[in-house]
Amino acid sequence: MGREREDPKQQQQQQQVPYTVEQLVALNRYNPDILPDLENHVNDQVSSQTYSLDANLCLLRLYQFEPEKTSSQIVARILVKALMAMPAPDFSLCLFLIPERVQMEEQFKTLIVLSHYLETGRFRQFWDEAAKNRHIVEAVPGFEQAIQNYAIHVLSLTYQKVPRTVLAEAINTEGLSLDKFLEHQVATSGWAIEKGSQGRGQLIVLPGNEFNDPILKKNTADSVPLEHITRIFPILS
Amino acid sequence: MATHDYDDARAVATGPGYDEQLGYDPNFVPDSVKSFVVHLYRHIREKNVYEIHQMYETSFHTLSDRLFKDTPWPSVDAVAHYVDNDHVFCLLYKEMWFRHLYAGLTPTLRQRIDSWDNYCSLFQVVLHGVVNMQLPNQWLWDMVDEFVYQFQSFCQYRAKMKNKTEQEIALLRQFDQAWSVYGVLNFLQALVEKSNIIQILENEKEGLEQFTATDGYDYNGGSNVLKVLGYFGMVGLLRVHCLLGDYHTGLKCLQPIDISQQGVYTLVIGSHITTIYHYGFANLMLRRYVEAIREFNKILLYIYKTKQYHQKSPQYEQILKKNEQMYALLAICLSLCPQSRLVDETVNSQLREKYGEKMIRMQRYDDEAFAIYDELFSYACPKFITPSAPSFEEPLVNYNQDAYRLQLKLFLYEAKQQQLLLGVRTYLKVYSTISLAKLASYMEVDEPTLRTILITYKHKTHAVDSDGKVISNADVDFFIDDDIVHVVESKHAKRYGDYFLRQVVKLEGVINELDAIKLD
Repeated sequence: MGREREDPKQQQQQQQVPYTVEQLVALNRYNPDILPDLENHVNDQVSSQTYSLDANLCLLRLYQFEPEKTSSQIVARILVKALMAMPAPDFSLCLFLIPERVQMEEQFKTLIVLSHYLETGRFRQFWDEAAKNRHIVEAVPGFEQAIQNYAIHVLSLTYQKVPRTVLAEAINTEGLSLDKFLEHQVATSGWAIEKGSQGRGQLIVLPGNEFNDPILKKNTADSVPLEHITRIFPILS
Repeated sequence: MATHDYDDARAVATGPGYDEQLGYDPNFVPDSVKSFVVHLYRHIREKNVYEIHQMYETSFHTLSDRLFKDTPWPSVDAVAHYVDNDHVFCLLYKEMWFRHLYAGLTPTLRQRIDSWDNYCSLFQVVLHGVVNMQLPNQWLWDMVDEFVYQFQSFCQYRAKMKNKTEQEIALLRQFDQAWSVYGVLNFLQALVEKSNIIQILENEKEGLEQFTATDGYDYNGGSNVLKVLGYFGMVGLLRVHCLLGDYHTGLKCLQPIDISQQGVYTLVIGSHITTIYHYGFANLMLRRYVEAIREFNKILLYIYKTKQYHQKSPQYEQILKKNEQMYALLAICLSLCPQSRLVDETVNSQLREKYGEKMIRMQRYDDEAFAIYDELFSYACPKFITPSAPSFEEPLVNYNQDAYRLQLKLFLYEAKQQQLLLGVRTYLKVYSTISLAKLASYMEVDEPTLRTILITYKHKTHAVDSDGKVISNADVDFFIDDDIVHVVESKHAKRYGDYFLRQVVKLEGVINELDAIKLD
């Protein structure tokens, strides 16, 4: 029962039209038969450095429905990918669907600790812990870069000018490579570097945004969305 | 909304088996029941929605109270010949029969399975488009609501394996498709898809079609059943996904319904409450506190103003219960995100009365505070389910609490990550600028730790919405320039735009009323 709806996979064979995973998830998201496709898709996301939260949640749901089919390796990859999606809450979204006894596995405990450090802004502890668990995080290309992006995101929310040492710790980059990184940011992203006063280290000036600069805060309070205005069109006409 | 309490207390209590009671003869049809089915059948055939609604909302409950307090209604076989053995009517009758049984008595496993079969037949008929009826929204909502409730109830029942008899286990094995999570989700999804409701709602925005404007009814001789079931199916999907802990997908299922406006979902109080309760809860779990607070505030105010009209309704008790639960959720949201300016005065005073003292203790972030978070969450959360089938191997274990414990644990984990934020906020509120060193000494931490706390504050108060956009939930915000914290207290301008819009509409109403008065 309930599985009688047309199966795109069968159609696929008949018509030779390949279905994308997005279509499979949209058309057939409550069908256990798409589980292998979704697992392959996780591996594709890892190798092609792409990401699809909906497909991954769909897979975790299928694991939740039939726990005996769960693949720990795939779950681990989904969780690493979810960490890389910070600041979005994807990691929690995944954990909500993973039974507690599965979460007890050592590699998941490690990932939960890593997530905790990121959620609470403790980048030094994060990078130390990540270094101890290279086998987990290095299985997914782009990991380091993604976390650095998250670090820069929260720093930009928080600071107008951030001490070089704080930045260095957050993105786990020092010395020459940090100089190179800064040079690049100055050239492409509107960063600036100031000499610190009284013999203190460099200050990095982060570009202004509505969260670190009250002047740029959009005054949304008195803008009325068009949909609301359209409601009185009949009266005005 | 189904009239029963969502707690499964009934399912555990083993009342006297009514089957053995001498009082119940499934084949005995009192005259009043005969008259009830005959009239209901006639009104349905004549598409007299008003009369159907009266009989459904009033007569059915009056008869239930008077004649069937401790026993089920007469069996469908006993009444079928009064209604020409009409197939669809008999399915509807059975749906009500089971609903009444679940509300007041304890269903046996066999009855749970039979009820599932009945829903299968009923939805198949609807999905194949051969139903040519016009049924009240209340009834159609109750169908979807009850369907999800019975699924949830079945999962809870099945998860208590310890006390199962051999006979029950044999039945569970034999009918392993009954109330399977795939079946339930696919039925709801099929109703949404076959009804084409998402397209209909889109077309309505373009002015090409009417749905909300006619309260979901079809005045052109068609049937409203599939369309409205599809519409409520989206709310059903939201609820099932919340029960599974999949808040993201749940909200996605609801997306076609614009909850910032009135709609068919607000016509039935049960559907209105269920929608907002789950919407708010999902947003709470996604850390979008402002969104949750806003919607809880609106519905709590609405319930406060209208509950007197529902006093005699069979849903009254359930309305009150969800009302209390949503106050508890609001207390949680406001403790994590103190934005009381978003809350109406009436709601706020109710909240202080109910949870004022607890909310003060929740600010302390000691063990006692977490005990209160635990208590409020446990009281107000949905009845989470484990959707997978049990292991039939010995030893049999109960796993009915597993899903709830996981969600609770993850929620408390989140609350703990935020435990230092209220402290920071208290200091930020009284300064316009403060040095990191000074703030660190007030907080009794070193400077690097303070920097991590401030980053956490920023991260936790800036949620990511469904489009990936960063939205601020902070009422007190700041930025750091080197080692000085600059505080930004957000000023909230009155929303004149909305105010004027509402006044324009109001004035138009008054003018129309004046126009309608004929002066002699």
